[in-house]
Amino acid sequence: MKLHINGDMVEVPDTITTVSGLLEHFELNNKVVMVERNEDILDKETLSETKVEDGDKLEIVQFVGGG
Amino acid sequence: MLKIGNFEFTSRLLLGTGKYPDFDTQKKAVEVSETDILTFTVRRMNIFEPSQPNFLEKLDLEKYTLLPNTAGAKTAEEAVRFAKLAKASGLCDMVKVEVIGCQKTLLPDPVETLKATEELLKEGFTVLPYTSDDVLLARRLEELGAHAIMPGASPIGSGQGIINPLNLSFIIEQSNVPVIVDAGIGSPADAAIAMELGADGVLLNTAVSAAKDPVKMAEAMKLAIEAGRLGFEAGRIPKKRYATASSPVEGLSIG
Repeated sequence: MKLHINGDMVEVPDTITTVSGLLEHFELNNKVVMVERNEDILDKETLSETKVEDGDKLEIVQFVGGG
Repeated sequence: MLKIGNFEFTSRLLLGTGKYPDFDTQKKAVEVSETDILTFTVRRMNIFEPSQPNFLEKLDLEKYTLLPNTAGAKTAEEAVRFAKLAKASGLCDMVKVEVIGCQKTLLPDPVETLKATEELLKEGFTVLPYTSDDVLLARRLEELGAHAIMPGASPIGSGQGIINPLNLSFIIEQSNVPVIVDAGIGSPADAAIAMELGADGVLLNTAVSAAKDPVKMAEAMKLAIEAGRLGFEAGRIPKKRYATASSPVEGLSIG
């Protein structure tokens, strides 16, 4: 299926069904990342139950240095 | 002790984490600064490079309170979104509201800052708005319920120091919440002056990260902030126009 991730169209395997599955696919599951799906900001606890579907718009963000 | 909302801190130095030459230098600078609060910002991740190092991973998160900022936001709505994204990490409840209204001066947009502060307070955040040194704006932010007021000393990253000590002292005098001087600090002397004026803390980044020796500067800032605070608590002497002898004038044999 195709997902819009951080502004880019990305093709991912159809076996991915949840946000945490998606993070595992990109090896981000052990990282401090925050996810927004279709403009909904997701609590860390809900990542494993939140579904991803073809055409979803996702933002995957992290903390970087800043003042 | 610095109290912000329900949080208590020993150090009065809040340290930014941007623009250090390398992680090793940054780690040492953070250590010697003895800061309790580190600021961060939220940005898109490069999902195709998961092994990309991140400074956060090098920190003992038990030791530090994270203060994400909303840098990059131009509107209250964007600031609220950044704050919520940061909170979704489960690592922080505090937020530094930063809504920039002008890309050249990086001065905060007062109207959007007020709006974002109000909204984030409703959402239950501990809110520290970065503001200009406008005295009435600082009061309005406090009236909304901001947990600390963070007036800039001078434009972000400019290193110009405190360009309006009078306004800053008015803000400090009127505030019932901590006042943290944020942005524009260039040297340890600037930080000490802010503290001598009665500020409760100083937030700085570039003054340390872009110094020739960031680790040494981090220590200098720590000491300056401690010295300035002690000086404020001790109470400086009033300035006089003419001299007053330090040695006694009585008991001179030749007069």
